Amino acid sequence: MMSGLDSAILTLVTFVPLAGALLLVLFPRRDRDIRIFSLVVTLLTFVLSLHLPVHFHRGQAGFQFEINTQWISSPNIHYHMGIDGISMWLVVLTTFLTPLCVLISWKSVHERVKEFFILLLIMETALIGVFMALDLFLFYFFWEATLIPMALLIGVFGHERKVYAAVKFFMYTMIASVFMLAAILWLYAHTHSFDFVTIRDQIASGAVPNFPAAAQWLFLGFFIAFAVKVPLFPFHTWLPDAHVEAPTAGSVLLAGVLLKMGTYGMLRFNLGLFPAQARQNASWIMVLALIGIIYGALVAMVQPNMKKLIAYSSVSHLGFVVLGIFSFTQSGLNGAMFVMLAHGVSTGALFMLAGILHERRHTYEISEFGGLASPMPVYASLYLFIVLASVGLPLLNGFIGEFLVLNGAFQDKPIYGILGATGVIWSACYLLWMFQRVFYGKVTHPVNEGLADIAGFEKAAVWPCAVAALVMGVAPILWLAAIDPAVQSVLTPAAQVFGKVVGQ
Amino acid sequence: MTIALQQAQVIPQAADYIRILPELILSLFGIAVMLIDPVVDEEKSQKTLGILAFVGTVVALISTWYMGANPGLAFSRTIRIDSFSIFFTFLVIAIAAVVILSSFEYMAVQRIRAGEYYALILFGVVGMVLMASAIELVMIFIGLEISSISTYILAGFRRNDAASSESSLKYFLLGSFATAFFLYGVALMFGATGSTNIDTIAQRLQSEPVGLLAYAAMALMFVGLGFKVAAAPFHVWTPDVYEGAPAPVVGFMSTAPKAAAFAVLLRVVFAINAPGRFWFLWVAAALSMTLGNIGALVQTNVKRLLAYSSIAHAGYVLVAFAMTSQETFANGISAAMFYTAAYAAMNVGAFAVVSHFANAGERYVTLEDYEGLGRSSPFLAATLTIFLLSLIGIPVTGGFFAKFYVFSAALRANLIWLTLIGVVNSAIGAYYYLRIIVVMYMREARKEVPVTRISFGVATALTVSIVATLYLGLLPNRVLQIAQHAAQDLLPPASSMSAAQTAPAASLPQR
Repeated sequence: MMSGLDSAILTLVTFVPLAGALLLVLFPRRDRDIRIFSLVVTLLTFVLSLHLPVHFHRGQAGFQFEINTQWISSPNIHYHMGIDGISMWLVVLTTFLTPLCVLISWKSVHERVKEFFILLLIMETALIGVFMALDLFLFYFFWEATLIPMALLIGVFGHERKVYAAVKFFMYTMIASVFMLAAILWLYAHTHSFDFVTIRDQIASGAVPNFPAAAQWLFLGFFIAFAVKVPLFPFHTWLPDAHVEAPTAGSVLLAGVLLKMGTYGMLRFNLGLFPAQARQNASWIMVLALIGIIYGALVAMVQPNMKKLIAYSSVSHLGFVVLGIFSFTQSGLNGAMFVMLAHGVSTGALFMLAGILHERRHTYEISEFGGLASPMPVYASLYLFIVLASVGLPLLNGFIGEFLVLNGAFQDKPIYGILGATGVIWSACYLLWMFQRVFYGKVTHPVNEGLADIAGFEKAAVWPCAVAALVMGVAPILWLAAIDPAVQSVLTPAAQVFGKVVGQ
Repeated sequence: MTIALQQAQVIPQAADYIRILPELILSLFGIAVMLIDPVVDEEKSQKTLGILAFVGTVVALISTWYMGANPGLAFSRTIRIDSFSIFFTFLVIAIAAVVILSSFEYMAVQRIRAGEYYALILFGVVGMVLMASAIELVMIFIGLEISSISTYILAGFRRNDAASSESSLKYFLLGSFATAFFLYGVALMFGATGSTNIDTIAQRLQSEPVGLLAYAAMALMFVGLGFKVAAAPFHVWTPDVYEGAPAPVVGFMSTAPKAAAFAVLLRVVFAINAPGRFWFLWVAAALSMTLGNIGALVQTNVKRLLAYSSIAHAGYVLVAFAMTSQETFANGISAAMFYTAAYAAMNVGAFAVVSHFANAGERYVTLEDYEGLGRSSPFLAATLTIFLLSLIGIPVTGGFFAKFYVFSAALRANLIWLTLIGVVNSAIGAYYYLRIIVVMYMREARKEVPVTRISFGVATALTVSIVATLYLGLLPNRVLQIAQHAAQDLLPPASSMSAAQTAPAASLPQR
């Protein structure tokens, strides 16, 4: 019984949202029913996905819950899904955030409700698929499939400059990812396989013809697609536009999950397939990451727009992730993974909170607010809690990840650690300063006096994030126990592993 | 020796007729349409004749099965029925069936009363099917002419509209020029090799040193076929012709004659193993993709935009032709075949939407008219979006897998630069398709555009196109296997290629 579920669980988790979306197509346009149904579907997906951490064998490095059946015989494409400690938590993060997106959109989306939730559910399927796919074709399939729902969410349900932002988002990521497609096709042409594990082993054993000459280009082909998605400085310019224009749920998924597709890709494919090239290129990538950390923070500081500020803080935080990944230390990679998860939870929550404010005042301008702590006390304290989590206060989720990353970067080169550490200070500056301007002092605009405090569905959306932030901060071991072995196997050069197997 | 062989088969057998059964059926139905036209009441004639023509295509589709069960040569080795010709026969007739379905309503709305419309489509398809199954260059030329002449007339069918007449005339003048090129090439090829039979030409070119005459013949044939598939630099006619011609006709002529022309091109390139073709095809592919996509970026007329897009897509198909080594040929052929099929599914669908939406006199064909379509007609907008996503090459659709397969074949042949040009182009191309989606969903309508009820015919046509597009994207396995098998059939057996060196005449393909 259990083993039956084990083999089908990944397929179930991936496609339950899609099935929900297809059912929604047939639904009559009764908005309330559509909302309830979407919530049920996303919650069901979340519960199903909890099966993964519960039955996951910690301490085991390889892929688990694998399913591998042929999809297309020639070219040799398989429906190959599987998770390890890295992808499992990203899947759970996705399924955790999506029901919250449904809740936060409960009241704020009142036009074309049906289309909105259909897109949201399709989006969830594509995102989960990206993290689970172990066949490069399948991976690219899901990767590209995330583009359209996100672009439509921004373009149809966004704010004033939504079309510009949607098209910019689409074109940036599309152009970058075709280079990855070219690299994937090159690998297929020379290995006759799309299977991640097969290709990794073939590369490691040196069985791929012409590989040394092409390796650097292949690495860059993958890297450019991921770097734009992350977004790594200087490819970040689509992000603030997309965030400012996107509806709240779109921003939450964008910052919470979509950006992690990039860092996940680096971890899985750049490091997994091309460990030697990754090490060779690490220095300039780390410099870009450091620039991203500091530059993102400085730009965030001067933003008059709350959402743009959070968007730039994402650039800064994701810089930490890249820094950790390319430090090639156990602690750096563990930290990178943890920052990804923590950032997903806390920035997701920040965007929800910004969205709540926008609901009431229809603006994100910081100068429009001030002294909000008195009309909205509960909201203010939740906001402060999330801000502190994001800043990296010990015992909350931001701290562990950043500490580990900086530790790793320091081991690699002390100067990286020192420069990276300033990012922590900067983030305290811009977030707390923003908090002060919005909440403290006297109410500066009379219109703000009558603002209603956080209520109902909004509470239901933000509270889980706050709880998660606390639990992750207090008991990071729950997450790291699964992450650590997976990261270790990425770090161990595959050549060595292969050598051992051959040597025996 | 070949003459003796030909004489033995000169009297047609029953099997010969079975191998052109679809052509016979289509011709009979075409004649029936013309004969019944004056008899039926003018008010009802459109429906009656259209349904008759549609039945004709369906019967012809069924007969392909029967034909497929009897593969082999026919009519003095001018026709060969193998899985390759069956594939294209089926594809072309299926396109015609869907186009006829989407034409009922269009003809009624445009108030065009002419039974010969459907007859011409059927006759055109006869020519295309002949092109797909002929292995004799003269026979191919006859098929090319039959199909071209009917499309020339079809392009001018909105005869009260100057643009349509312009389209027809332009297409006719340039088209006959191009077919003349092709014919000239055939003549030179006969001079160079002493034969117009593709198999014989292939052997001659294998066994003897290739002379200048053969190169010239190839170049001329490429010009003629390049025109037919709208590949750069022979693409200049496309935008004007597509803009003026009736929308369903554009859906037809951008897919069916192209598929047939690609079938001929596949034979010329791979079955003959045409000498000196590589750079010609490479440049044509790169140019078509680039010029098509760049041209489409600035268009505001949807028909014109899709015309440029069809140039770009011809370029993607041509990428699959630029194979150099024997072992990559099969990949290239099957990739080109799959792409042609996927392109047919999505483009016929897109034009079915365009022709429904255009309304009387084709008034609504600019991007501005599509504003707010997502609200005024969610079904129409959603279907068009699926076709456009497929044209972009987004997963789940046939267009994605087709592109993927073509580029995969190209990289296996080590065409790294051509692949890079291709993938960058497909990213650029995404922009203008996206523009249509953007105006449909993200802009509010600025003017009143009536959206008429979707008739049963159009709905069926759209359903068939969507199912085909998604089927090719999600479960491409079966079609791929057919295409790969067809590729093996098209290529001369490897043993005969080497045997041809020693005994040229002994290796006639026998089935």
